[in-house]
Amino acid sequence: MADLRVKIGSLELKNPVMTASGTFGYGKEFEDFINLEDLGGIIVKGTTLNHREGNAYPRMVETPSGMLNCVGLQNKGVDYFCNHIYPDIKDINTNMIVNVSGSTVEDYVATAERINELDKIPAIELNISCPNVKSGGMAFGVTCEGASEVVKAVRKVYKKTLIVKLSPNVTDIASIAKAVEASGADSVSLINTLMGMVIDIEKRIPMLSINTGGLSGPAIRPVAVRMVWQVAKAVKIPVVGLGGIVNAHDAIEFFMAGASAIEIGTANFIDPAVSIKVKNGINDWLDAHGCKSLLEIVGSLKDY
Amino acid sequence: MKKYILDLRVVENSSPHPRYALLKLTHDSKLPEMLPGQFAEIRIDGSKNTFLRRPISINYVDYERNEVWFLIAKVGEGTKTLAKVQSGEIVNVILPLGNGFTLPLSPKQKILLVGGGVGIAPLLYFGKCIKEIGAEPTFLLGAKSASDLLELDQFHELGSVYTTTEDGSMGEKGFVTQHSILNQIRFDRISACGPKPMMISVARYAKAEGIECEVSLENKMACGVGACLCCVENTTEGHKCVCKDGPVFNINDLLWQI
Ligand SMILES: Cc1cc2nc3c(=O)[nH]c(=O)nc-3n(C[C@H](O)[C@H](O)[C@H](O)COP(=O)(O)OP(=O)(O)OC[C@H]3O[C@@H](n4cnc5c(N)ncnc54)[C@H](O)[C@@H]3O)c2cc1C
Ligand SMILES: Cc1cc2nc3c(=O)[nH]c(=O)nc-3n(C[C@H](O)[C@H](O)[C@H](O)COP(=O)(O)O)c2cc1C
Ligand code: FES
Repeated sequence: MADLRVKIGSLELKNPVMTASGTFGYGKEFEDFINLEDLGGIIVKGTTLNHREGNAYPRMVETPSGMLNCVGLQNKGVDYFCNHIYPDIKDINTNMIVNVSGSTVEDYVATAERINELDKIPAIELNISCPNVKSGGMAFGVTCEGASEVVKAVRKVYKKTLIVKLSPNVTDIASIAKAVEASGADSVSLINTLMGMVIDIEKRIPMLSINTGGLSGPAIRPVAVRMVWQVAKAVKIPVVGLGGIVNAHDAIEFFMAGASAIEIGTANFIDPAVSIKVKNGINDWLDAHGCKSLLEIVGSLKDY
Repeated sequence: MKKYILDLRVVENSSPHPRYALLKLTHDSKLPEMLPGQFAEIRIDGSKNTFLRRPISINYVDYERNEVWFLIAKVGEGTKTLAKVQSGEIVNVILPLGNGFTLPLSPKQKILLVGGGVGIAPLLYFGKCIKEIGAEPTFLLGAKSASDLLELDQFHELGSVYTTTEDGSMGEKGFVTQHSILNQIRFDRISACGPKPMMISVARYAKAEGIECEVSLENKMACGVGACLCCVENTTEGHKCVCKDGPVFNINDLLWQI
């Protein structure tokens, strides 16, 4: 039994496997399938200051080894989360992390401030990378200035672990990561979805209601591994890796590329118990390779 | 209701028609309780281009034989691949999902079950459950042609069956909403499943007549368990998940133009 514990800033994870925002609801949706407390953390659905209905249907289309979605951050707003959802999930004995989104810096700050008051939420993941909302969201995540501005402002009010989720829809993700680090983030997570499009050639219209959507699943994994590798070399703060992970082998690629922890997203749809299988598989791999601790392989990649 | 991920074994795969497959599956231990109108998310093994599971209604549950049935229309790669499974092979399913149809409040209630195309699938098990509480279901089943009207023998065992076909090859010619039975019997409730245009005209009829009506929707799904918010339908209370809050909705809660 290898030691799977890792730290993300001051946040302690019993193992490096978390579930990705927007793919795991509030955790409860999966309690029939796995013991939620066996996870290192659960990152709940993107939460905004005000209620959002999200985009119109259709919001999803299957693609080769993945899917596009344009859900558009449907959620009932931070007050509803605090009053109605938090009481229900606060006693799940793992790191319950809230993914915070917004369209203006003020929105992000106000939402983070509210979440800061919640005892049992030890961290937020600041989503500056959602490709599916018109204003804000990804707009902050695609320039160093935008990313710095929002991270600095949130850092002032948010006292616990601040993870910033990066967009892959940029030319130089390492420079954004550095800007985010310099602005006070404790960690970066990457990648969010890649902007994509699928067309219905008979109707000559896109398959999604807002034309484009975010690509997720195994299709994006090589891009994600490459970006984690570039970012891990560029920053000193811990990196959380995600994008297309479906098994322990995939997860280990991310660790070697420099991720201290990982998140599992779309794979939960195909196998709702996959997260625990990945966790067990990581342990088995470490045991089989004589590693006493996960830390032995984090960033252990040698150049070819 | 607790949801399960199960490896079911194929007992029989019959093709009632070249475009359909009827899968009868069993499990080593007792199958969980399922409600009529609920569905399963079925993993498609061995198909090159599909990635997600496919939502398929629970067609019938035979608790004595410990069997659950799925009636599948072969429309694309997922359903075509699934339709090829052989006896003895394993099919991985997540079930039971969704809310299910409303059962009659008393044996006296007259319930009309309207199905179009492969939308008849959940009505067989629904009919069985209605019969079990002592009521008699009436089925009104529509399809393009006689060969698309499946499982008719089983439907006949459960209640009265009326049919329409677009080409007139069986029953009355036309659409379900044009069937003469609607002028003869006053129903207390209608439950419908089928293509959206059919459900809209059923809903329109029910609304005009002041009859309670519910419909089962088939929005595109990713997770099937209410986690991804991909399958939403617009309702009077905002976006609701068809997989979790549905697939069955009362027409008064939908924002359809009826
Ligand atoms: C709750 C629910 C219950 C269902 N129950 C059944 C059932 O009992 N039996 C059954 O055969 N099907 C049922 N369906 C529909 C079934 O899920 C789809 O037909 C299937 O997902 C198509 O997959 P595919 O890979 O074969 O086709 P794809 O390659 O995904 O699509 C092929 C073609 O089929 C069309 N199509 C895709 N999805 C649907 C859909 N949902 N409805 C109609 N056409 C579609 C596409 O537009 C495309 O033209 C149900 C759907 C839902 C949401
Ligand atoms: C349906 C869906 C909804 C998502 N919603 C969010 C969200 O609210 N906030 C966020 O930061 N990321 C969201 N994501 C992105 C995922 O968290 C993740 O970054 C991405 O899917 C890549 O990982 P994967 O390939 O393992 O799914 C969503 C992804 C999907 C598929
Ligand atoms: S399919 Fe994911 S919420 Fe319905």
